Amino acid sequence: MSEPLLRVQDLAAWYGETQSLQRIDLEVHTGEVVCLLGRNGAGKTTTLRAIMGLLARCQGRITIGGQSALGLVPEKVARLGVAYCPEERGIFASLSVEENLLLPPVLAPGGLSVDEIYELFPNLLSRRASGGSKLSGGEQQMLAIARILRTGAKLLLLDEPTEGLAPVIVEAIGRTITQLQARGFTILMVEQNFRFASRLADRFYVIDEGCVVESGDRHVLANDTARIESLLGV
Amino acid sequence: MNLFDIPPAAIVGQLMVGLINGSFYALLSLGLAIIFGLLHIVNFAHGAQYMLGAFIAWAMLEYLGLGYWWALLIVPLVTACLGMLIERTMLRRLHGLDPVYALLLTFGMALLLEGAFRLKFGATGQPYASPLEGGIRLPFAYLPAYRVWVIAASLVICLTTWWFVERTRFGAYLRAAHENPQLVRTFGIRVPLLLTLTYGLGVGLAGLGGVMAAPIYQVNPLMGSNLIVVVFAVVVIGGMGSIIGAIAAGFGLGVVEGLTRLLAPDYAGIVVFIVMLLVLAFKPAGLFGRGDL
Repeated sequence: MSEPLLRVQDLAAWYGETQSLQRIDLEVHTGEVVCLLGRNGAGKTTTLRAIMGLLARCQGRITIGGQSALGLVPEKVARLGVAYCPEERGIFASLSVEENLLLPPVLAPGGLSVDEIYELFPNLLSRRASGGSKLSGGEQQMLAIARILRTGAKLLLLDEPTEGLAPVIVEAIGRTITQLQARGFTILMVEQNFRFASRLADRFYVIDEGCVVESGDRHVLANDTARIESLLGV
Repeated sequence: MNLFDIPPAAIVGQLMVGLINGSFYALLSLGLAIIFGLLHIVNFAHGAQYMLGAFIAWAMLEYLGLGYWWALLIVPLVTACLGMLIERTMLRRLHGLDPVYALLLTFGMALLLEGAFRLKFGATGQPYASPLEGGIRLPFAYLPAYRVWVIAASLVICLTTWWFVERTRFGAYLRAAHENPQLVRTFGIRVPLLLTLTYGLGVGLAGLGGVMAAPIYQVNPLMGSNLIVVVFAVVVIGGMGSIIGAIAAGFGLGVVEGLTRLLAPDYAGIVVFIVMLLVLAFKPAGLFGRGDL
């Protein structure tokens, strides 16, 4: 198999004195949708934050497109073609919807145009002049994903894109992720919603207590549901 | 005393003085608001930086023969560069610590600067000739040209700065970085550089205020510390970090102060602080504050 777009090896990380990642090894290949599963507090979000350069203290190896990314500041990681959509969505209340959308600068060619984004998320077009805080949870999630599609980033890190959303919105987010994959984006996402993940993900990793404890492709996820669910404590 | 017993010339005169003072309150509190908004630093050196601006203008005239209009162009750039240097070499080291450290650092810087200038120039002021002679004669009052210029220029500068922060892309970076700097960094925006530029902008505005003040007040080492106490009150009244609040409260309180001087002269010196007390009691976030700071 070719060199993965993202390779994480033996990654450990700390919040202050507390070690929150013990040993994370994972790979994401170009064009894949890979899902990180695990209980609350297992280290899924921390893994994404470590990749993005948001943690002060990390050890191990992270390579993105063949370049070492461990210890880089977030603005440098972004320039390697990575974009991050946080769990809390991070919509800026003091900015309008369109300002939020246009905020991240274009760092590389190949991103979607504003028109293409509005085509993908027609809701946002009608609300473009609204304040960022006026959106519903689903619209905020759409906007949080939408605004990182313009920048030319090839690898999207999505943290719990369906959290707290109504089933019909979850469906829409699922369709969006499939469309993004078809357009050539590579996606690493954290997900609590096991059913949602099992339909979208090409491969998955289960994280527990800061370690990768299980991994496989979607067939494993489909055939071995009971065991995976027990790992997730559902 | 009744308002109707006061001759219109006196009213216009005090309004003018109020607007002049208000121009400087607005310029300085604007810089403070921008710095506080993004860096969360209460820049106690702001008055000293304003004084420095006035002294640089004076020195340019005295030693280089470069007049007011040159100073208006060069001094803001020089003070902004100085501000960026201070941010890079000192304030940045305090980033992530309790904001009190930055407050103490800038307070110390103010004392040092003012002390050094007092040592060199004494406490008496240096005169600076007005660059605009003459004035506009109205039926009931005379408006000196330079004062009219200061009010107009200050308004334009304030509104331009407001437009810059609220309506441009760079301004959107500033507002976003105020809310969530880490996330803005993940978009590839160099937030540390943004902090340096913002501090430079704030200090540059203080320096610009100093140049504009030089022909009106005497250029003296304590001109900043006399003003800055009122300016802090103005910032609190307008709402910490609120740009439009700083501008509105700056001009508004200048006028309130001027009118108080007519109606109750004894209270003119404290009216701003009375307003501050009332605002803090009834609207603690300030007149334009969002209350999320």
